[in-house]
Amino acid sequence: MTEQAVHAPASLAQRVRGDFPILAQEQDGKRLVYLDSAATGQKPSSVIDAIDSFYRNSNAPIHRSTYALAESSTQLFEGARERIAAFMGATTETTIFTRNATEAINLVAHAWGRDPRTGNIGEGDVVLVTEMEHHSNIVPWQMLCRDTGATLDYVKITDDGLLDADDLAAKLAGGNVKLFAVAHISNVLGTVNDVKALVAQARAAGATVLIDGSQAVPQMPVNVAEIDADFYVWTGHKAYGPTGIGVLHGRRELLATMRPWLGGGDMIKVVNWNDSSYNDLPWKFEAGTSAVAEAVGLGAAIDFIAELGSENIRAHEHALVENALPRLAEIPGLTVVGPGAEARGGVISFTLDGMHPHDVGELLGRENVCVRTGHHCAQPLMRRLGIPATARASFACFNDTDDVDALIEALHKARKVFGL
Amino acid sequence: MMDELYRDYILEHYKEPHHFGELENPDMQAHDVNPLCGDELGVHLKVDESGTITDLAFHGKGCAISQASASIASEELIGMKVDDVAKLDADWLIDLLGIEISPTRRKCALLNLKVMRGAVTGDASWPE
Repeated sequence: MTEQAVHAPASLAQRVRGDFPILAQEQDGKRLVYLDSAATGQKPSSVIDAIDSFYRNSNAPIHRSTYALAESSTQLFEGARERIAAFMGATTETTIFTRNATEAINLVAHAWGRDPRTGNIGEGDVVLVTEMEHHSNIVPWQMLCRDTGATLDYVKITDDGLLDADDLAAKLAGGNVKLFAVAHISNVLGTVNDVKALVAQARAAGATVLIDGSQAVPQMPVNVAEIDADFYVWTGHKAYGPTGIGVLHGRRELLATMRPWLGGGDMIKVVNWNDSSYNDLPWKFEAGTSAVAEAVGLGAAIDFIAELGSENIRAHEHALVENALPRLAEIPGLTVVGPGAEARGGVISFTLDGMHPHDVGELLGRENVCVRTGHHCAQPLMRRLGIPATARASFACFNDTDDVDALIEALHKARKVFGL
Repeated sequence: MMDELYRDYILEHYKEPHHFGELENPDMQAHDVNPLCGDELGVHLKVDESGTITDLAFHGKGCAISQASASIASEELIGMKVDDVAKLDADWLIDLLGIEISPTRRKCALLNLKVMRGAVTGDASWPE
């Protein structure tokens, strides 16, 4: 059993590394050690080829024209939606393409939150987020609260980087939480939240729930029907897919009654001089020409994940985290933020005494070890942790223990440059 | 171990920055952040009747480049006229640092001059 656990990661990474063309490059004879998948994922050949092939062989306007080429492009676009919906445990009606997760959250803030007919969010209401959210799951709610007179509140985190269950219960007990928005996995702490339980708890308190799954979809099994959130959003580019495409899954009854956010072509049925009737789901929320090639690329990315198996990716990255955490802790002055391996996804943020994260990132970069440095679009969380910034290593299916070796070695070398 | 960016004097200024802290009753002051990284820098100035900077203190958090740059600049800025400080450009500071600065680290190096401009002119624009 133990032996299997040690060998499992190597086999997955070895199997897929050749699928990622970018990993073949070197800098000054040093191989690329990409540990920044939480910021953006690398793309397997199958995704690059799907986009290339779409433009070479199938490009045409979708949904309207009747010639064979347009049939083909429409089928590729809607086929991608079907496979993505099936993979996520959703239906095609409730799988809406957006530009990214940020746009999906803004769509909900506008179309659900600002609807003057329903008054979903108004004066005296509370929009509840958490201290571990990405700016994309904070700022749209700040703007909504500013416009509606609602209050934005934050569920505290514990010093271990977990949601404070007592604080959440107390805030929900207030009775005026209309929306609870929370990350499935924190992009800084790596904390994996039990979103199914959180949804049930928040709903019992009368709140509508949005889950930001941007970090979760690429690294663990996600089934939106099981989680049962009202809204589940994620982005393509972190999930081995292209930039410019994201997904909003929503509860059908909510989506059906929500008004469109953006108006334009493709989202209408009949346009009169003064008003229009709107298209069916999901197209009601897809105004204008869609990112067709990107959707096709995302379909290929989901095929890639499905073929590897989300549970295998999760096990693989978990083994890497278990390998890396104790080794990082041995480096003098290094402090890992966030929970232990058992509650953590493939993300490790850390600080190093005597070195600012930017200097760590610069010196690791010279070894061709790519980590993210800075506030990770989570400035409120940084203030909560009492630090200006961290360095962050994050894993993907193609990473292996040799990448952890390279990270550790580069950190030792960086400390030496600083005379530490 | 000699590094072309993190030279000994850069690291010395980072570890023990000159004119770092706060001044009581500053005549001029400003505070700014680098939105890319969240690093913060503030400056307090004492200025006499002739418009000459008689004392200065930087404070904040940042990387080795931004901290060392503020420390090195502080030595030159004390004794300068505020009108002359307002005219200083990016080349002045980069030359003063004596290291090659990559485009991604340029803002780290220039943050202190941006904050100084804010203090003496009220317009904290990035130096060019």
